[in-house]
Amino acid sequence: MTPAYNFAYLNEQTKRMIRRAILKAVAVPGYQVPFASREMPMPYGWGTGGVQVTASLLKPDDVLKVIDQGADDTTNAVSIRKFFVRTAGIATTEDTRRATVIQTRHRIPETPLGEGQILVLQVPIPEPLRFLEPRETETRKMHALAEYGVMHVKLYEDIARFGHIATTYAYPARVAGRYVLDPSPIPKFDNPKLDRCPALQLFGAGREKRIYAILPHSRVVSLDFEDHPFSVQHFDQPCALCGGRDSFLDEIIMDDRGTRMFVCSDTDHCSKRRAAGLGSSGERR
Amino acid sequence: MYVAVKGGERAIEAAHKLLAEDRRGDPKVPAVTVEQIAEQLTLAVDRVMAEGSLYDPALAALAVKQSRGDLIEAIFLIRAARTTLPRFGYSAPLDTARMAVRRRVSATFKDIPGGQILGATFDYSHRLIDFALAGNSPPERAATSSETLDTSLPRVLSLLGAEGLIEEPQQGDGEPGDLTTAPLDFPADRDLRLQMLARGDEGFLLALAYSTQRGYGRTHPFAGEIRFGEATVLFTPEELGFEIAIGTIAVTECEMVNQFVGSPETPPQFTRGYGLVFGQLERKAMAMALVDRALRADEFGEERTAPAQDEEFVLSHADNVQATGFVEHLKLPHYVDFQAELELLRRLRAERKATPEDSA
Repeated sequence: MTPAYNFAYLNEQTKRMIRRAILKAVAVPGYQVPFASREMPMPYGWGTGGVQVTASLLKPDDVLKVIDQGADDTTNAVSIRKFFVRTAGIATTEDTRRATVIQTRHRIPETPLGEGQILVLQVPIPEPLRFLEPRETETRKMHALAEYGVMHVKLYEDIARFGHIATTYAYPARVAGRYVLDPSPIPKFDNPKLDRCPALQLFGAGREKRIYAILPHSRVVSLDFEDHPFSVQHFDQPCALCGGRDSFLDEIIMDDRGTRMFVCSDTDHCSKRRAAGLGSSGERR
Repeated sequence: MYVAVKGGERAIEAAHKLLAEDRRGDPKVPAVTVEQIAEQLTLAVDRVMAEGSLYDPALAALAVKQSRGDLIEAIFLIRAARTTLPRFGYSAPLDTARMAVRRRVSATFKDIPGGQILGATFDYSHRLIDFALAGNSPPERAATSSETLDTSLPRVLSLLGAEGLIEEPQQGDGEPGDLTTAPLDFPADRDLRLQMLARGDEGFLLALAYSTQRGYGRTHPFAGEIRFGEATVLFTPEELGFEIAIGTIAVTECEMVNQFVGSPETPPQFTRGYGLVFGQLERKAMAMALVDRALRADEFGEERTAPAQDEEFVLSHADNVQATGFVEHLKLPHYVDFQAELELLRRLRAERKATPEDSA
């Protein structure tokens, strides 16, 4: 731990400012609360929003898990975990169940989260309407008026053009019947996990200076149509390592002749299953 | 057989060590010192201070060394250091009329009270590679005059103002906004716009300023005055209750004279664009002044048609630390999202194959 910095890097005034923004976000689920995001010692785009949210939440007895693409050992997850070990002397874990705070980029763990846990998601573009309307002044008005028709038009146009809704990640969802939010670039496979989740889910966008939240047990409905209901990705084969059929898989290119292998993106989930004796067939060895 | 990739942590550590080695370069060549950078790469240091929003030449020089001369990286280092510093308050507005001037030129009048002062400039040099610089010979001494400069040099635009030919400078009341401590909201007031421009990317502002000269939001600019020198910073500490000088900072100020406006009520007047940056960054100060004026389109009832007039566009994209972060983050893993896209694309292609063309 580096004593030259305050606990978890940020000074206490900054933490208080961020906690206020979090409280507001919790009070108005899905509403993007502007906050005075600070420059952090890692680049924008690397999770500065998530890092600031985590830094303002951590207590000395917290246990932190950091994942990127579902994995604990991707370079950025390692770097952020080390940052908090260095500046907060915090205990860390790869075990989803043991963690009190989980910071993640692009995935929600396969292991269901429980009460008392906090999931912190790193967000690049918090505004679900941004690619339909580039102006912040306009999108804020659209949220205020709950004017989300344009999003449905976009999804409809996908169906007209491709026969499917062509949004596969960062799939828009409506929280508690009011605000439409961008769940961050998680695959839509993870969207059902947002719904009625017993853990608090916080979203931090550093560069865009926004924080928003999903309260525990909130209804989160992914946008769809009656005749084109929301559906998630499914994989034709099980994980080649643990045999799991219910997890999101990464595709690994094995050689230059087109050999592919599919393995769990959630490394903790996969290694737990293997430790429990489950093999590539999914059967106990 | 594939096993889940491990060892990210060790790879990162090794990469950092390799970076330190590469930064040092050939160990037979003496290491560059921070003092050398501060003294001899002054304009790089100035840019890092300006866009880093922190006046600390020694720290900026160290950042230039640490970043291997990548100035945006150095600016980023300074910004991150700035986050950890406490804020004491706001200084009084700088009195640049009383600054110790090292250079001061006007393009609008041949002679001005106090005179044109060329100072150290590249402007009239022939851009021929000076092979003598590869050696270590000391420069010839410049001639000095026994005359001293006036302690106060009136601003050229004030001289125009005395005749009512140019709009009065705007007077702000109360504390200026600070976009580093409060989130930026649109429409933004001019104080916030100027703050963003002062710390904005030089290249971005240069291109925007250039675009106004080429007709994308034309403002008919004249460089009323550009001055560079040291200005005294005055500050009132709460515990003292009176103003004290806490030091001097080198700044470049640019005041542009722009196309005139008038109305049935007020006779026509020139308008202003303003630029002020740390250090000797004339290109940046001038670009800032041009963009500042372009962004004032609404004030003068000008139609906003060009990028340089579009406040949300300019202010949202001027920060190079934000820009470089988001562009370069594409290097981070995106396996999961890419997999999600692959799955859909394969499905769409499979469906197309299964359905003959004519039935589609």
